[in-house]
Amino acid sequence: MDWKLLRKPPRTSRRSLHWTAFASLAAALLGWWLVSRFAGLPAFILPAPEQVAVRFWKALTDGSLLVHTAATLTEVLLGLLAGTIAAVTLGYAIAKSRLFEQLVSPYLVATQAIPIVAIAPLLVIWFGPGIFSKVLICALIVFFPVLVNTVVGVRAVPRPFHDLMHSLRATRGQILRMLEVPAALPVLLGGLRVGATLSVIGAVVGELVGSDHGLGFLVNVGRGQYDTALVFVAVFTLIALALALYGLVSFLERKLLVWQETFER
Amino acid sequence: MANPILTVHDMSITFPDRNGDLDALDTVSFSVQPREFVCVLGPSGSGKSTLLRILAGLLEPTSGSFTFAGGKPKIGMVFQQSNLMPWRTALENITLPLELQSVQADEAHARAQELIDLVGLQGFESSWPRDLSGGMAQRVAIARALIHDPDILLLDEPFGSLDALTRERMWTELSRIWQRRQKTVLMVTHSISESLFLADRVLVLTQRPGKVKLDLGVDLPRPRADEMRYTAHFGELARRLKEAIG
Repeated sequence: MDWKLLRKPPRTSRRSLHWTAFASLAAALLGWWLVSRFAGLPAFILPAPEQVAVRFWKALTDGSLLVHTAATLTEVLLGLLAGTIAAVTLGYAIAKSRLFEQLVSPYLVATQAIPIVAIAPLLVIWFGPGIFSKVLICALIVFFPVLVNTVVGVRAVPRPFHDLMHSLRATRGQILRMLEVPAALPVLLGGLRVGATLSVIGAVVGELVGSDHGLGFLVNVGRGQYDTALVFVAVFTLIALALALYGLVSFLERKLLVWQETFER
Repeated sequence: MANPILTVHDMSITFPDRNGDLDALDTVSFSVQPREFVCVLGPSGSGKSTLLRILAGLLEPTSGSFTFAGGKPKIGMVFQQSNLMPWRTALENITLPLELQSVQADEAHARAQELIDLVGLQGFESSWPRDLSGGMAQRVAIARALIHDPDILLLDEPFGSLDALTRERMWTELSRIWQRRQKTVLMVTHSISESLFLADRVLVLTQRPGKVKLDLGVDLPRPRADEMRYTAHFGELARRLKEAIG
């Protein structure tokens, strides 16, 4: 049980990380501007950065961007929540019982062979164009990585810790609360970090297939009206959303896993 | 003799195995008096750790039995690795057994502080296990094993993973703690000097299947100091243990 293996690699210092990120972002923007300016492409193929900025401002001030972002965010969060709860519950049962694992694992693996994108239209047909079908798609896409990480995390709890808890006559609930949850938490949060970004993909896929709300819907509207700047606005908002969720889970990790390493500030 | 606190009667255990069953312990019988320090000495594979795991309730014996005076005992166990939970500070690791018994936090902290003083870890209460040296981690483990006032301490080669110098320092420490706390101790070891330095009695187990081959009283005066290891009597006892191990 070498806990050192679970520690993260050392980080580059924060300040230099910020600086390089800023520089690469600026370079990308400049490249985009140069191409839009000198390649002679029409705006419905490649809008210039300033056109996208104007479109962004318009969508923001007329309230439509907020409405659609809120719709997507709701789907993403509900899907993440539902998928995580289902995956953690099932994953714990699998980790604790070989019999249960043998019973359900063929089905779980089979479901992973089906691309969610392919069955998204089916789900929308069955459950309607409303929020439910999107939440379901998000939950399905989040489910597997969180499940796998839960199983791995719970199984990796070192045996001597179980011996210690049993020698002190801990109850099952105490073992769960004071041993298995904290021991599995690093791996579980890793799964959640992946799941959070996947959930954004799930919501957009669902919205593209059929909906009247959300950033995926906004992409469809922009495409239909040759308002490519609007497509860009929606895509950038999605990126921001995914990054924010990723950051949120990373923040949780830093708060909950202080024992792993001293974080640089 | 007074009433023993622990009586082990004809205890055997067999582990089922593909290449025939594995007999780990064979009709082991002995008893331990209250406040006695008993070492179980044997070569690796003599089932000494298995014996401890049975007494801790982690394994069921195949046949035979053991009884603790006064029913189900409270057990304090120290393992070969310190076995500290890395997400708990030193102090929180020590209070774990009390948390399991739902003891109030402030009382638990007061008792942990007392033990921190006893094992000499003042100033390290809020350290994470990863920042403790091997010897310090094992002191925390000893404090954790003592905090719920157990009826018996089961020590499974607690100093096996420490370097020689630290190990010998820990002998003195453990002997001092034992005298202060007046606990019954059953300690598994494969070191002859360790058992003679610490124990009132040494049980020698044979190679698998483990059987009690020798039950030797250690009449060396206490407190035992380093120099004692160079006396003729110490040498004589060591020779008898060595012969029994074979």
